[in-house]
Amino acid sequence: MRTSLLVRAALAVLAVTSAVAARAETPADFLRSFETTARQEQAGFAGFSAARGAAFFNSTHGREWSCASCHTRNPATTGRHAKTDKPITPLAPAANAERFARADKVEKWFRRNCNDVLGRACTSAEKGDVLTYLMSVR
Amino acid sequence: MNIMKRLGVLLALTGAAIPAGLAVAGDHAYTIGDPTYQTECASCHIAYPPQLLPARSWRALMSGLDKHFGTDASLDPPTAARITAFLEQNAGRDRNGASAPVLRITETRWFAHEHDEVPTRTWKSPKVKSAANCTACHVDGDQGNFSEHGIRIPK
Repeated sequence: MRTSLLVRAALAVLAVTSAVAARAETPADFLRSFETTARQEQAGFAGFSAARGAAFFNSTHGREWSCASCHTRNPATTGRHAKTDKPITPLAPAANAERFARADKVEKWFRRNCNDVLGRACTSAEKGDVLTYLMSVR
Repeated sequence: MNIMKRLGVLLALTGAAIPAGLAVAGDHAYTIGDPTYQTECASCHIAYPPQLLPARSWRALMSGLDKHFGTDASLDPPTAARITAFLEQNAGRDRNGASAPVLRITETRWFAHEHDEVPTRTWKSPKVKSAANCTACHVDGDQGNFSEHGIRIPK
């Protein structure tokens, strides 16, 4: 019957979609991947630093906004978009399990936000420092 | 199970969107149905009703997401194409003739007319912050509800 075929097709779509969604990663996975690329990008790379990440997060970098402009100086709390005032859920993984759980989202937001804050892409060392800092926030 | 029921299950399973564009103009109520539009565009601001700009405005806006009113809102091409199609299908009437497309809802003549009694001090209030912040006054604006009854001007 045609409808049951449709239902089966829908279930197949669902199975594929949930397989993609299930490919969740953890903050530690991203950290490892940043470390691998940081070693390639930077000769003599000596590991990430939460203190350096915090300083980076709270400073401006030649433009109007810092990371903290939207995410606040306490990334375990709800932030607000600097322009539209829309609430932004906490960025620290300890406070929000959805953060640093999907590669496409991590890529998208670092791409956009580094461009807004620094006017360029972040290096893997910078991303790793910031993530190390965010993972240290309880 | 009858066919309609099966169709309902199918829609639910595939996450297919109920078409939006069910605007009831007099009520200032809009249905914003597309989940991709909601997820992607309502991260930084509310999901503005697609009916509030004409198709050519949405097309112009969607082709410059890397410089979106001073911020980088770039998307991967398939997602951008999907959202553009949704916005075009649910866009409002073009009231702007041959001139350049209006990119901000707040710069349409319609918006100015609807808000002509809002005093300057309200726009400048730190609780409003920006005219892009609809929900400062339209408390259920993120649900597409812009009715007169849903307005609370912050003090």
